[in-house]
Amino acid sequence: MLNTSYVLNGTSLVIDEAACVGCGDCLDVCPHAVIALDGGKAWVADRGACMECGACARNCPVRAITVKAGVGCAAAIIQGKLRGTAPSCDCDSGSGDCC
Amino acid sequence: MASRFTPLAGSSRTGTAGLSPSVLPRATPDPDLPGFASLGNRAGPWVSGYLASGTRSVALVSTRLTLRDRFGNLGVRLGVRRNRHRVTAGLYAVGAPNPASPVLVTSNYKLTFDSLRKELAGIDAWILVLDTRGVNVWCAAGKGTFGTSELVAKVSGTRLGEVVEHRELILPKLGAPGVAAREVRLRTGFRVLWGPVLAADIRAYLSAGKRKTAGMSVVRFGLRDRLTLAPIELVHSWPVALAALALGLLLAAPWGAGWMDQALAATVLLEGALLLATLGFPALLFVLPFRAFAPKGAVLGAVWGCIASLALGLPWGLGTGLTLVSTAGTAWIGLNFTGSTTYTSPTGALLEVERSLWPCIATLALGLGISVLSRIIGF
Repeated sequence: MLNTSYVLNGTSLVIDEAACVGCGDCLDVCPHAVIALDGGKAWVADRGACMECGACARNCPVRAITVKAGVGCAAAIIQGKLRGTAPSCDCDSGSGDCC
Repeated sequence: MASRFTPLAGSSRTGTAGLSPSVLPRATPDPDLPGFASLGNRAGPWVSGYLASGTRSVALVSTRLTLRDRFGNLGVRLGVRRNRHRVTAGLYAVGAPNPASPVLVTSNYKLTFDSLRKELAGIDAWILVLDTRGVNVWCAAGKGTFGTSELVAKVSGTRLGEVVEHRELILPKLGAPGVAAREVRLRTGFRVLWGPVLAADIRAYLSAGKRKTAGMSVVRFGLRDRLTLAPIELVHSWPVALAALALGLLLAAPWGAGWMDQALAATVLLEGALLLATLGFPALLFVLPFRAFAPKGAVLGAVWGCIASLALGLPWGLGTGLTLVSTAGTAWIGLNFTGSTTYTSPTGALLEVERSLWPCIATLALGLGISVLSRIIGF
């Protein structure tokens, strides 16, 4: 398996163990198998693999997960800084048409 | 139940003879949405006919990609009409679906739509295409266009509840950053099932009783995936290629004897660095040292600059200058590759931008300065 860990991956991911109801929905939506379930509680098993996409937080029924979700794209961040807006990945036009 | 739906027309491709789709009367109420009417001239060659139920008709999708589809998709990879490579959003049918058939949700980027339908030969299903403005599922989910409100709007807009008797939607799991499954259920009554990451696994997923294996659930980033975007990056880098050529020519000033050899050597080094950054960087991503992308790129550019300078026999001053230019340029292109991966986080990318933006610019300026100086003073 290739080492796909990146700097500061998963830094902003926090699971509130007390609030977690153990439904497992976050495991189902995570694209990198970051979260595991143990004794009815979700926990961060592989933080370095977390790309902060926000799927788990959006699908947590009790809002036990917080993560600073966004695009992990330098060009989007630079463009956001230049325009003074949030990072956005509308790269080749202002029309919001491109990825 | 299946008798509620009768195929009205089909092309010879699907083996059902019948009326050509264009002679179907337009049905009410909204001719703009497949799921209600003939698509008319907006029906691409992938629409092989229509399924009808009462006043409704649903466009039937072919599971075979034609040469035209393939050329279109190849063109998109090279940047041709990339933003207009779309399918009309709405409800489609594939095979001979009945009210019990599964509903697969996807985006209206033609590449995405094609990669799904080509996996569905022999499968009877409904396809609900969301309007993501021609963007793939994962990127659109990140932006929220492949999102809860669009899904809810399409479920009610196509009156999906009248077409199927079950209440399940199968979504690609990479749509999850944009879709809150529980909210969809609350607002439409449909339960979201998170399907496999890749359309290629949809057949196995369906036949396993809508269960994902561990392999279907995670995103990978193999060599092929990493190089998928290389052609378009190469096409988009033409201004840089032109600038490198101009710099190579300028550095041969005042164009005395043997200037062409000098210009050629500098240009080969610079264009080589660009090519390496665009193709070599993604290929060698996991071989290059460091986890951050800018340092990875810097290493690649520096090594290349040294090798090329020696091989091309550049004077040491010019060689040093151009190696610095190559280092900065490759680091920059590497940094931008963060936008093409399947695993980089925004926190990390932000840190990288903050740490490497000015070093990149400074190294580039220093490299250009030394190169010019080496030509003027001659070292």
